[in-house]
Amino acid sequence: MEMLAFLIPVALMLGLVGLVSFIWAVREGQFDDPDGAAARILIDEDEPAERPLK
Amino acid sequence: MTTAGNPSAGCPSGLASAEQARASDISAFVRRSPEGNTLQLTVRGAKCAGCLSKIEKSVQALPGVTQARLNLSNGRFDVRWRGDLSANDVAGTVSALGYGVAPFAPDAADSAAKSEERKLLIAMAVAAFAAANVMLLSVSIWSGHGEMGEATRRVMHAISGAIALPAALFSGRIFFQSAWSVLRRGHANMDVPISLAVLLALGVSVTETIRGGEHAYFDAAVMLLFFLLIGRFLDARLRRRTHAAAHDLAALQARTVTRLEGTETRSVRADEIMAGDIVLVAPGERLTVDIDVLDGVSEADESLVSGESLPRAIAPGARLFAGSINLTQPLRGCAISAASDSLLADIARMLEAGEQRRSRYRRIADKAVSLYIPLVHTTAAFTLIGWLLAGAGVREAIMIAVSTLIITCPCALALAAPVVQVVAAGRLFRKGVFLRSGDALERIAECDHVVFDKTGTLTLGEPELARSANDQDTVQRAARLARASRHPLSRALVAAAGAGSVAAHVKEHPGLGLEAEIDGVRCRLGSAEWVGEETSAATTSLQLWYVEGDAAPHRFLFEDALRPGAGDVVETLRRRGIGVEILSGDRPDAVATIASALSVTDWRAGASPADKVERLEELRADGRKVLMIGDGLNDAASLSLAHASLAPGGAMDVSQSASDGVYTGAGLGAILTMIDASSLARRRMVQNFSLAAVYNFIAVPIAVAGFATPLVAAIAMSGSSIIVTLNALRPGWKRS
Repeated sequence: MEMLAFLIPVALMLGLVGLVSFIWAVREGQFDDPDGAAARILIDEDEPAERPLK
Repeated sequence: MTTAGNPSAGCPSGLASAEQARASDISAFVRRSPEGNTLQLTVRGAKCAGCLSKIEKSVQALPGVTQARLNLSNGRFDVRWRGDLSANDVAGTVSALGYGVAPFAPDAADSAAKSEERKLLIAMAVAAFAAANVMLLSVSIWSGHGEMGEATRRVMHAISGAIALPAALFSGRIFFQSAWSVLRRGHANMDVPISLAVLLALGVSVTETIRGGEHAYFDAAVMLLFFLLIGRFLDARLRRRTHAAAHDLAALQARTVTRLEGTETRSVRADEIMAGDIVLVAPGERLTVDIDVLDGVSEADESLVSGESLPRAIAPGARLFAGSINLTQPLRGCAISAASDSLLADIARMLEAGEQRRSRYRRIADKAVSLYIPLVHTTAAFTLIGWLLAGAGVREAIMIAVSTLIITCPCALALAAPVVQVVAAGRLFRKGVFLRSGDALERIAECDHVVFDKTGTLTLGEPELARSANDQDTVQRAARLARASRHPLSRALVAAAGAGSVAAHVKEHPGLGLEAEIDGVRCRLGSAEWVGEETSAATTSLQLWYVEGDAAPHRFLFEDALRPGAGDVVETLRRRGIGVEILSGDRPDAVATIASALSVTDWRAGASPADKVERLEELRADGRKVLMIGDGLNDAASLSLAHASLAPGGAMDVSQSASDGVYTGAGLGAILTMIDASSLARRRMVQNFSLAAVYNFIAVPIAVAGFATPLVAAIAMSGSSIIVTLNALRPGWKRS
């Protein structure tokens, strides 16, 4: 039974990490362009240095 | 006139470049700041990774561009640059690649909807997290029933509460706020029983945990919120997508005006124009403000304003309304204020009246709630009193009453309508029909009378040459002149003639016609008087006359062609017992032709916007539920007044915002698709409410009898929600 004292907090922490990262992703606008994200991975970046950061 | 682009046409490389050029000067849409210039465009036709990199790379190659990012999901293209690059070059680069492009004016309603959607998504994620973790603990408690020590159970309940309480308060605030705001005004909506169930479940569970009791409903509370938030989120997302799609269609229409400032011209947005500003209107440009013409002789296509299919001759002193298209010669005009005497202001007032009436519409869900709330709450009250009378303790009686409230959870009821609406609207969306609201489906399904506008709705709004057997040669010769003109009749003639040569030195005389000398012979194409024909009064329909030298003039007759599928749609509607009527502002003979082609006996011509409104009021008084379909400015008021309304994608933006849905594509088949989807959606909603009622008939006796443990509640709640959702997703939508 003492195991519960570890396992429950561990399970909750893992869930919480997932929740926090999801909220972060939503706030960052990661879900604003799902089609674009799927397509961008197919683009060959021959000259990566040309591309300025956001 | 449906000249604006059509998103269902696929890759727009085939779109006429002349059409794109009409979008005119867009430099007024650039936002300038010290860090650089920003421009937002809507790009149409970009579908794949190839499009994405092609567009982004070629714009990035322009001098000074620091960022070019295309959002493939909604077609927004964000461009930032330093230096004096012209916005028109940016747009030109994209359209040269074969994509449709229009300036995008950020819409305040859209950003509000976007933050609302994010709020719902985060609330849903929090509820999901809490539901998953509390359920983990609850399953342990249920499976350990009888073996688990009281101390362990108590700790587990306490942990559940520590997770569920903050999560439920955070995620549930959306429902609490809404419930509170309607309660304060003395009404009730679906959020009232939801809030009550959640708060009571939490309250009882907290006291049970403190007391060390066996049953806590923390899992039920957060699971309820999770299910409901899924429905709310889907609903919000769909509404925003359809709103954005309709907004983009409207953005395709030119919104800039060329203003004369001293001797300089400047392109400005339509909303920057003040009364008295001097405005230049190029041939082919659609007016966005009302003007009094000062200078210039031209012709105007007013089919969107009055429904009139024949161009009107314009001379100084004439008044032109927003929505008309200037056809042949440049015009200079003075903007009229948007004061009370302007046409747009009148229409805006009529729109408001219609909106108010529509907001009083009672949806099926509203009716269900008004039955549900008193029924469930009196049942709970009687349960409490009954158990007290039967000799149960106060605590036990309260527990049973609360479990009754939880188990009759409005979960299935609250999902019943939105899920169906989301599914139906999503399918329509993919077919190019954009719904503006969920209850539009219910209202369209109820309609038993369809009123069509003629010009631009039943017809293409573009004349087509009525062919006779032996005039192909004459058509070819006349087309040599016609190719030099933008007049709609000339263009129709050219379309009939196909490719060919154009005569040199064609002179255009506004209101009369064209003239040129071909091989030493003076050729004229235009009105009857232009060719010296005296018998013009005999017919007023669309016609052109062509003469070579002193030969006898030849007459070309034109007709406003029916949209593909118009006959089928009218026939199908009539077979289903739905009344069909044509209500047009055009001339009686033009309307009569179309009416007889469709064998519609019920038609009215020459109707002003006020006449149209009056006719709709008359139909309403007869108890008919009218579905109005129209595109023009003159239809806007009747669109907002009708029981339900639809507008084609090429309609004026006032008409689009006045209607419940916008359909794209040249054909009218979308109307039937829409009506079919609506009646199916309505049937599914009624089924769902019946399923929810059946569920309650089974669940309530169990709860009243005191057998509802948290386990039973969890199974029953999720079971009913899943059944309702599956029923909405069930196939059968395909019939179109």
